[in-house]
Amino acid sequence: MSHAFDLALCALILGAAVLAVTGRNVFGAIVFYVVYGVLLALAWLILGAVDVALAEAAIGAGVTGVLLIGAWQGLADAGGLEDEAPRPVFLRLAAVAGAGALGGLIALAVISLPGGDGLTLAVVDNQDRLELGNPVNAVLLGFRAYDTLLETLVLTAALAAVWSLTRTRVWGGVPGPGHVTRPDGVMASFGRLLPPAGLLVAVYLVWVGADAPGGAFQAGTVLAAVWILIVLSGLQDEPRLNSLPLRLMIIAGPAVFLGAGLAGAAAGAVMGYPDGHAKSVILVIEYALTLSIAATLALLIAGPARRAP
Amino acid sequence: MSVMETIIAALLALGVFFYFAGTIGLLRFPDTHSRLHALTKADNLGLGFIVIAAALHWGDGWIAAKLALVWVLALFAAGMAAQLVARAALKAEGRE
Amino acid sequence: MMELLADRASLFALTGAALVALGFYGFIIQRAPIRRLIAFNVIGSGIFLLFGGASYVGGGVDPVPQALIITGIVVALALTAFAATLAVRLAESGGDDADDDGDDDEDRESDR
Repeated sequence: MSHAFDLALCALILGAAVLAVTGRNVFGAIVFYVVYGVLLALAWLILGAVDVALAEAAIGAGVTGVLLIGAWQGLADAGGLEDEAPRPVFLRLAAVAGAGALGGLIALAVISLPGGDGLTLAVVDNQDRLELGNPVNAVLLGFRAYDTLLETLVLTAALAAVWSLTRTRVWGGVPGPGHVTRPDGVMASFGRLLPPAGLLVAVYLVWVGADAPGGAFQAGTVLAAVWILIVLSGLQDEPRLNSLPLRLMIIAGPAVFLGAGLAGAAAGAVMGYPDGHAKSVILVIEYALTLSIAATLALLIAGPARRAP
Repeated sequence: MSVMETIIAALLALGVFFYFAGTIGLLRFPDTHSRLHALTKADNLGLGFIVIAAALHWGDGWIAAKLALVWVLALFAAGMAAQLVARAALKAEGRE
Repeated sequence: MMELLADRASLFALTGAALVALGFYGFIIQRAPIRRLIAFNVIGSGIFLLFGGASYVGGGVDPVPQALIITGIVVALALTAFAATLAVRLAESGGDDADDDGDDDEDRESDR
């Protein structure tokens, strides 16, 4: 029974991916990409990787989908959306052959992978020293904290790269169009109703992330969604991008993370945590990261400034 | 199969039925407004039945509360999205 | 082949391999920037599924690959965001950035 479910799910994932890659119109392709992301999250759930499922649903499907729809709108406004003539047949056949060969080789590599025990035991044996019950977060913020630090820096660098595309005359201005809604309309009411719940969910996700699926990235995405909702409902405009508090908010997470790492160096081990206080330091880092990730994601979606400061 | 399992299975089947009906409506109804009608009403009812089934399956008050919260949030989101889509469709038809 | 599909780990890993091939095909064949971005993301998530499936043992996925996959999802998003903004900006300047630079220089003059 569960095997039939696995097969059906894999077939659905492949079907959604085919439509996302080759769908007739661009908007439909984006919609199928989001469907594909949600199905993929279900696959991660079945594989028992709940943290990955949350990240895939929130970031892979949600934020990426919003970004793609935003880009679709931007391209439509700029007149850059007309579908060009399809490639000649021989090129399509060559691409099919090439992709088939690539997929076949990867499949062969998968089949001939030697079985191993992996690192599960090594993580489970050591995670108690970080006082974390969730092995994935023990890896993210403990054993492979370097990766996570660099990942947050990549996110910050991407925001800097997006901002570098600003037109000179609006540098430091406000991103996106202003949204005006009727103050008693459904959008404005929803914008007032949901943020408190979203805030609670975000704080809970970080807190519970120590022992159960959750964590800074998932919580940051929820906060970014709250931010976008408030902007869309016209209750509060996007901030000016040259505001100092905003920029401090963006670098707070990486700065606290790096600071904790360097403080570890003073105490003996770079990126190490003090014995007995690991969990409290990790929680402080995670809350700072959540704030920065939320701001960075929301601003990545908002894009470069469009209105003068 | 115990009595509880039978009830859970029946609730799940009911939920799936409403999702199925909503999807048929989405595919078969002629215009945006009637499609929205099928989608928001039938699917949210379907989700409700599945949430009740899941809560009974776990039999834990805390989990049931979280599931209820999920359902309420989904209801709000679906209602709002339906309003916005309907208004956009009216605008496209030049009626507002 | 059948026993491979019967094993959950290799079923999902092979699905990942198929997704990589599919995304690769789309990346070559599509011209529209958004379609290329989607194809790029399908390649990425295919690799993640391959990685996760390959490290699935018994009850779950090894936590180290899980953490790396979460990192990968976020990095893929960062790249997608930049590429999407770049595509819009390029279309706004009519695909010819020399023209747009002149425009900006005038703005710089007026800023002084």
